[in-house]
Amino acid sequence: MTDLALSRRRFAQGLGIVVATFARTARSAIGQAPSNLPFSLRNNRKLEGWIRLEPDNSVVIFTGKVELGQGAAGAETRAILLAAAARRFDLPETQLKAMAGSVVAPDGRRATYWQIASEKPEMFRREIAANFAPKRPADYRIVGQSINRTDLPAKLTGRASYTQDMRLPEMVFARVVRAPRDGAKLTALDDTAVRSLPGVIAVIRDGNFLAVAAEREEQAIVARSALASGARWSDDGISLPDMSNLAEELRELRSETSVVGTAGQTEPVPPGAKRISAEYTRSYVSHGSIEPSCAVALLKNGHMTVWSHTQGVFPLRGDLAKVLGIQNTEVDVIHTPGSGCYGHNGADDVALDAALVARAVQGRPVKLQWMRDDEFARAPLGPAMTTKVEAALSSEGRIVDWSYDVWSNSHAMRPGQAGGVNLLAAWDLKVPFAKSPPPRIPQPFGDGDRNAVPPYELPRKKIRNHLLLDTPIRNGSFRTLGAHGNVFAIESFMDELAEAAGLDPVAFRLAHLKDPRARAVIEAAAATAGWNAGAKGDGRRGRGFAYSRYKTIGLYAAVVVDVNIDRNSGIVRVPRVVIAADIGSVVNPDGARNQLEGGIVQAVSVTLKEQVTFDRHQITSRDWAGYPILTFPEVPSIEVVLMNRGEPSLGAGEGSLAPTSAALANAFAHATGRRLRLLPMTPERVKAALA
Amino acid sequence: MSTRIAMNGESRLVDAGPNTPLLYVLRNDLGLNGPKFGCGLGQCGACAAIVGGTLVRTCSIPLRDVGTDDVTTLEGLGSVENPHALQKAFIAEQAAQCGYCTNGIIMAAKVLLDRNSNPDDEEIKDALANHLCRCGVHNRVVRAVRRAAVELAR
Repeated sequence: MTDLALSRRRFAQGLGIVVATFARTARSAIGQAPSNLPFSLRNNRKLEGWIRLEPDNSVVIFTGKVELGQGAAGAETRAILLAAAARRFDLPETQLKAMAGSVVAPDGRRATYWQIASEKPEMFRREIAANFAPKRPADYRIVGQSINRTDLPAKLTGRASYTQDMRLPEMVFARVVRAPRDGAKLTALDDTAVRSLPGVIAVIRDGNFLAVAAEREEQAIVARSALASGARWSDDGISLPDMSNLAEELRELRSETSVVGTAGQTEPVPPGAKRISAEYTRSYVSHGSIEPSCAVALLKNGHMTVWSHTQGVFPLRGDLAKVLGIQNTEVDVIHTPGSGCYGHNGADDVALDAALVARAVQGRPVKLQWMRDDEFARAPLGPAMTTKVEAALSSEGRIVDWSYDVWSNSHAMRPGQAGGVNLLAAWDLKVPFAKSPPPRIPQPFGDGDRNAVPPYELPRKKIRNHLLLDTPIRNGSFRTLGAHGNVFAIESFMDELAEAAGLDPVAFRLAHLKDPRARAVIEAAAATAGWNAGAKGDGRRGRGFAYSRYKTIGLYAAVVVDVNIDRNSGIVRVPRVVIAADIGSVVNPDGARNQLEGGIVQAVSVTLKEQVTFDRHQITSRDWAGYPILTFPEVPSIEVVLMNRGEPSLGAGEGSLAPTSAALANAFAHATGRRLRLLPMTPERVKAALA
Repeated sequence: MSTRIAMNGESRLVDAGPNTPLLYVLRNDLGLNGPKFGCGLGQCGACAAIVGGTLVRTCSIPLRDVGTDDVTTLEGLGSVENPHALQKAFIAEQAAQCGYCTNGIIMAAKVLLDRNSNPDDEEIKDALANHLCRCGVHNRVVRAVRRAAVELAR
């Protein structure tokens, strides 16, 4: 079986294929010697498994991924076509040009790719050699242009676009009734009233899984309420942490410790160095998808078809088959868009829910959508994280020692992982499936330890990851995995060190960085924002800086955040954010800006407002009043500087989030002289810090 | 039980109970996709439509309360072939990522522009304050509404 997932927006250097997503990767492949081939290509070597020329003059690209917006090119296929055309025209390849679906000779002769391919279709039946150069950047005609998305006109005018918009003949509507918390058992059920409600077709119970299907959607919703009233749940499961003591409670959970970065340990720390330490914590974060997860399922003639906005159709199919007790070939999972998910939300879970209901109403398609509280209370969450960092400063203001610990549950608990099934209903069935154990994801990708190794030149360092094994609250992948908590900690602490050294935060970072691309984004962000070294906060207004390179091998980003603090209400406003980002070769500049901007807005929201709330028994933030996010009047103006280096593309979707959080925390400290080391920076915490 | 409603300029007969939230009538009886289910609590705005000139959270109003008022949904503004100035402006500014919340935002912007043909940025943000967007395209949305206002004034 394969393990999930390490890399988003990985650039295929050999082929110039941009695949966007969490690749499924054999674990053994992760440990192999470095290769210029990405995991997915190494594991799927057949050229025709990636790209095919179809008889209708189209090109079909099989990415195996579902994320929208990936660009793809096929250098190898083009090279094969050029070679075949050279034989056809009896000219050297160097005289031929491949453009817009044709190969053109200097004498005006031309043949389309499909004409060339039809002569000898078997030319593509080969393994990927990966020895063909992708198009030179100087020859790009589309890469580098801002091109409007083709899906938006339909979405902006109400054409059917989403899973929720699917309507199949004879379709029924279903809803689930979930336990108030993970691990609770259904101890009693009185469903007599529900069964006599108008439109109700079936009440489905399998162990602790409970659902209802009705002819009309509003009938299913009414029936769900009635069914919930008739259900009694046990209070099983481990106690949730004490929210007011989160960091300590996390550190008390069982954990597995590994050293994920080390240097200079045999050398002593220079005498006389000044030691400083701090702790930073972030709360549990919800994906906050605007759409509660939805799926459509149909069991007909022994074949299950599921339409889903999952991020991984293949892993989901495998786990659905396992839970339903059928072969992979008896299940199809078809991707249909949903609202933004920002990682692993309830999409996969609701697909199994729908399939279980479809099994009970064979022959009729089932549309099952979660209600708002299903998503907030039972979907996977971005785990809380706590960190301890200690460093030593020389009298010259250089970091001479660095020690770092991070405690976090796994951020990677998706379907398709080995050793169990990561689907909510699967754990509730009469014959339950076990949850997969957390994977062990090595650096530089990491899990809770993503970006735990600082990007700075440090002569002596030791970084420990404490993977928490108890999971009092369901955990999963939220945008950047552990990078958010780690960069918040590291970059907050860099400012604390700079202050202790009496140095400007920008100059202090530059003094510990050699990588010219890192230095370039820092200098560009500082210049664009008008960074003024030595400027003092006035108690209300301030400015903060942060830098990170996402996932250690991804995009470089430096961020400047301005804050404005109302000391009476404790409300922090962010009027302006500047980001300089080096994402390598920029494929679609406007698309890249859109992603970077979105990450910044989400980061301001997470930093100022967002925390999943809970008591010792269950999650209590179950609607938007309980889990507020940033609103239109609160959104900062954003300036994006794209460096556009002629390097491989590094992706733009995730790297702006973590440094924005850290720069915001640094701006607060700059403005007020007080530091908040616990996210989110709620008005209550701000007021307490300023009291 | 049949109820007649005036929907996007047409009179339509729907066979739904009077307590049915308007959202499910629009989506399931009339086959519209614009209004989206987001929370069912009137908090997020994804389901918004215009009823009798007023912006309404369709998840939270029963069919019976619609009466004879005209109901306008995203589909009633324009189509792919013939988009409304707001829809054109949202495309021009690429003011969406997932596009799920955009229905309610465009409908709210329509109501705003109907009463204020030249809103400034603060007025636009205030008009959209109760519409949640999770992808973070807020600044693009404000630019798109401004752009549509200019286009409509020409």
